[in-house]
Amino acid sequence: MFRKTLMAAAALFAMANTASAATEITWWHAMDGALGDVVNHIADDFNKSQSEYKVVPINKGGYEDTMTAGIAAFRAKNQPNIIQIFDAGAATIINAKGAVYPVQDLLEKYGTGFDINDYIPGVRYFYADSKGKMIGMPFNSSTPLLYFNKDALAKAGIQNPPKTWQEFEEMAPKLKAAGYEGFAESHSPWIFFENFMSRHNLQMATANNGYDSTDVKILYNNDDLKNHWKKMKEWKDEGYFGYYGRAWGANQDAFLHQKAAMWLGSSGSFGGLRKSATFDFGTSTLPYWKGVGDAPKSTFIGGASLFAFSGHSDEQNKGVAAFFEFLTKPETQYYWHKETGYVPVTTAAYELAKKDGYYKESPDAEVGIQQLSEEGGKWTKGYRLGFYVQIREVIYNEVDKMMNGEETVDQAFDVIETESNKLLVRFHDTYSN
Amino acid sequence: MKRVQFGHSPVPYLFVAPQIIIIAIFFLWPAAQAVHQSFLLEDAFGMSSQFVWFRNFNDVLSSPSWLKSAGFTVVFSSLVAVLSIAISLFLAVRADEVIRGAKVYKTLLMWGYAVAPPVAGLLGIMLFNPLMGDLYILFNKMGLDFNHIQNGNDATFVVVLIAVWKQVSVNFIFFLSGLQGIPKSVTEAATLDCKSAGRRFWTITFPLLAPTTFFLMVINLTYAFFETFGIIDVSTKGAPGGSTATLVYKVYVDGFLGADMGGSSAQSVLLMIMVSVLTVFQFRFIERKIHY
Repeated sequence: MFRKTLMAAAALFAMANTASAATEITWWHAMDGALGDVVNHIADDFNKSQSEYKVVPINKGGYEDTMTAGIAAFRAKNQPNIIQIFDAGAATIINAKGAVYPVQDLLEKYGTGFDINDYIPGVRYFYADSKGKMIGMPFNSSTPLLYFNKDALAKAGIQNPPKTWQEFEEMAPKLKAAGYEGFAESHSPWIFFENFMSRHNLQMATANNGYDSTDVKILYNNDDLKNHWKKMKEWKDEGYFGYYGRAWGANQDAFLHQKAAMWLGSSGSFGGLRKSATFDFGTSTLPYWKGVGDAPKSTFIGGASLFAFSGHSDEQNKGVAAFFEFLTKPETQYYWHKETGYVPVTTAAYELAKKDGYYKESPDAEVGIQQLSEEGGKWTKGYRLGFYVQIREVIYNEVDKMMNGEETVDQAFDVIETESNKLLVRFHDTYSN
Repeated sequence: MKRVQFGHSPVPYLFVAPQIIIIAIFFLWPAAQAVHQSFLLEDAFGMSSQFVWFRNFNDVLSSPSWLKSAGFTVVFSSLVAVLSIAISLFLAVRADEVIRGAKVYKTLLMWGYAVAPPVAGLLGIMLFNPLMGDLYILFNKMGLDFNHIQNGNDATFVVVLIAVWKQVSVNFIFFLSGLQGIPKSVTEAATLDCKSAGRRFWTITFPLLAPTTFFLMVINLTYAFFETFGIIDVSTKGAPGGSTATLVYKVYVDGFLGADMGGSSAQSVLLMIMVSVLTVFQFRFIERKIHY
């Protein structure tokens, strides 16, 4: 008996030993709920595919919480290997010189090489530095899309969803007559500021949209964007546009409760909507103003990317590189795309999804990646602005004030310009030495 | 007069030491860090840092959104403190008079105490959901044209309502025990001398409750300043247009979400100063008028 126990203990010890021989790679991410399950599944697959490394994914809450946790850990010299950072926080981590190991360098040194052309055009330079070197690896990439209620459009006698805002203006009265608000939208800064600029190929900020320097001024205070918001206010007063405040869910609910016939949200919302909508809906590209800038051009990617923190051993960095390579494999990307609605970030994965007939079976899932693959322009590759989280906060506040009539559109944009530039100056003074 | 001096023994210090250590680690040290940070411009990851004197304070005090938030905090805190004290005092006095089923009343009035602020915020915002919130629909049926999503005053009403509701039960418990501490003989003697229940309340009961009221005022102002964070974060997130963002919420937005260490530290230091001044004022000028 005693001998048996001893042997079992020895066996256990041996097992534990082989398990601990695998180098552990910690990955802090912001994907919870169903998305978190998919993340865990991917990490599991990686761990099973080889025995040298073990990726441990840990959910740290939302995007902001994850970034804050990463910052605190880095300051305490206890940082994870991989951290997921969202679009608006990219400038904070990329400008902190030496905090991260650029993904391109990492893959060239520890992996099997790197070719930026493997990635789809829309995501190539968003997380790159001014010289085009990729710093963060695009992970969950989404883009704003138009969702439309097919029954509502049919009731109003409308064939197709609007491609342009001019078309929308024509159909809005019909939708109103059928008892619907034309549309609602979630996340005004993302959809109607950042992506408005990209869609129309308008410059968003000086210094090459902020990529070349932190000494930068924002260019939101322009007539094209202001005219759009003047229209938005008009539409709201007419009942063509439903404004449910800054909360993402409240605006999406207006669509789900069939108050609004259309909704502008994220391509990443597709999976969730499919589960909760009680009506037939379709997706279409983000409408644009015909004749403004040179629309239509591709939109920015939203979502987040993965950064490799510096200050880890060669052994661990090797593991990170191996995991990144696993993540960008067509099969992994395709699985991620299918399960979540986020777009695949490599051309090979997109090809695989096409070949597999995924888009034949659900054509709506392809709209996001099509939009990101539309022709790019000088100003569609991205932006890099510091304290952008606070700039979005300013925008949220000013949109509220435009919509409730507390301020005119011109006044609101003056505030957006001055307050954003103040924040950019603070960021420049903080990070430029 | 000669002060009496006793021989010092180290034992009492040993007994207070744990408390002092906890305060030092969890309050004094972080507070000192915040003061230090408020004079620095430092990137979030601590890769570079420079001493900038009062630049951060200057930036904060010249920011319209901070000034707006400060104004809102004053209005919000006063409303929450005054209303929750008044309502709970009224309820406590009424519940104290009840004889039949007194326990049921008292227990039900205390229930809210168990609800955490974010949960209260969630409950509140569901009641005011524009698509299916009962109160939202009721108010609009009454012809009030109520819209807290777009109207700053309506939004203020919503957060004050939630914050007061949450706090009433805490105050209720204190007032009730205060009332029970008033000797029966005093109230009975008063009844013989004075017919008017209202006058009896203001001349006998209320002054005897004054220590409790003062204590609750200090506690409620602190609650309104700091603890309502969870309610704001869950319900309005400072919307519309920043009209319901308290100072603490702004510290969170700029520091935690925005990673502006210096700016948010400066805001916390200003907040610390404001609350200290307020507390000193309360103890110096109001507490003097209270007889224990």
